[in-house]
Amino acid sequence: MSIRELIVSKIKDGTVIDHIPAGKAFEVLKVLGLTGKEGIRIAVVVNVESSKLGRKDIVKIENRFLSKEETDIVALIAPTATINIVRNFEVVEKRKVSIPKYISKLIKCPNKTCITRHEGIETTFETLDSSLRVRCIYCGIELSYSEFIDLILKELSKS
Amino acid sequence: MNSSIASRFKGRDVISVLDFSKEDIEYLFKLTDHYLSNGYKEVLRGKVMAVAFFEPSTRTRLSFEAAMSRLGGSVIGFSSEEGTSVAKGEKFIDTIRMLDSYADVIVVRHRYEGSAKLAAEVAEHPVINAGDGRNEHPTQALLDLYTIYRLRGDVSSLVIGLIGDLKYARVVNSFLYILTIFKPKKVYLISHPLLRLREDVRRFVESRNVKVEEVFDINEVLSELDVLYVTRIQKERFPDPLEYEKVKNAYRVTAEITKRCKDDLIILHPLPRVDELDRSLDNTKHAVYFKQASFGVPLRAALLTLILGGVEGVYT
Repeated sequence: MSIRELIVSKIKDGTVIDHIPAGKAFEVLKVLGLTGKEGIRIAVVVNVESSKLGRKDIVKIENRFLSKEETDIVALIAPTATINIVRNFEVVEKRKVSIPKYISKLIKCPNKTCITRHEGIETTFETLDSSLRVRCIYCGIELSYSEFIDLILKELSKS
Repeated sequence: MNSSIASRFKGRDVISVLDFSKEDIEYLFKLTDHYLSNGYKEVLRGKVMAVAFFEPSTRTRLSFEAAMSRLGGSVIGFSSEEGTSVAKGEKFIDTIRMLDSYADVIVVRHRYEGSAKLAAEVAEHPVINAGDGRNEHPTQALLDLYTIYRLRGDVSSLVIGLIGDLKYARVVNSFLYILTIFKPKKVYLISHPLLRLREDVRRFVESRNVKVEEVFDINEVLSELDVLYVTRIQKERFPDPLEYEKVKNAYRVTAEITKRCKDDLIILHPLPRVDELDRSLDNTKHAVYFKQASFGVPLRAALLTLILGGVEGVYT
């Protein structure tokens, strides 16, 4: 089997996340909450040649059809990613990820004096397109995308 | 009376000063002018205002209460957590729900940022933010701008200096936000390096095309200023007491500055003051901070009138 065959071998049903910047595939899996313990087959291909990106990663998830809401969070880590939904070996839906306007439920607000930390409620972050930052809609604290992603990954690694 | 603007106010929450347009604020100022010139009418008779002050306050709470009384309404509430169920561990949300069932409007102050927004989500009646942690104090900013508008007119030609605790003072955030709506000629941020304005606030202000420059010494810019806004160092908001010790005497504005400032410079302070604003200034023509505090009643009366839908009664 050639390297190319290994990489592009098709899945029958599921989701293929392509055009992930090289080295980011494991972070993508983390933000999707996929740990490998779900019992589904996942292929992770890293640092392969890409005409668009030079090098890229690919993630193939069998028998899971990820919704737009689930995959848009990937845009924070991998804005170039494309999502292919595969049914019976055919790509039935192809979409780009786009950064969602609001992101909820992933992390607590890092500001210790944000009201949400004391009332036990979930916060929501609003993405600020112009500055690649997010802002807690309650206390107004701002984080860069990379700070935000670090917090998400830290939170997910606890669970 | 402009009924379309009046209808925008009716039943609205006041969480951030950025909730308002320039037109809204000018309309509010006209009603404030009216109250100052013509006195009050009991247009809110039968209405109840709840004050939920989880943090200490003198001017804000009393001016809200005085305003409501002048308009014929009544006031319930508390001015500290002591003696309430909050002291027994009641959640903030539950306290707000209860007040919502007793009152027509809730004025809330709390030490945590985002509390007023959360209260507004829980309550059906309008919520007015009277200060949420280090975040915002919108009615103070309205009052500050009203003072400038009343005493100096058009804001767009003015050079404004803010001196003091630009890092932790919520009044600074709200004042700068309102300046992004009225666009002064220039804003100088004068502070100790440890008390510099939050980066996100500065970025926001600059993104709205307000010219901002940081300086560490007031003497560099004093002769240019039309307005000097002095703030107290917010001891209670420093996460580290050692940090406070380093800056507690970082600046002090005294009558000395009057020798080199513009003849018509006005000095504002949201009060209370500690040592940053010397009493030697009180009797100078530049000191307008007591007048500024006095505008709290008509300004908040105008806001309550509009939010509770009483404006028609004012002009009839």
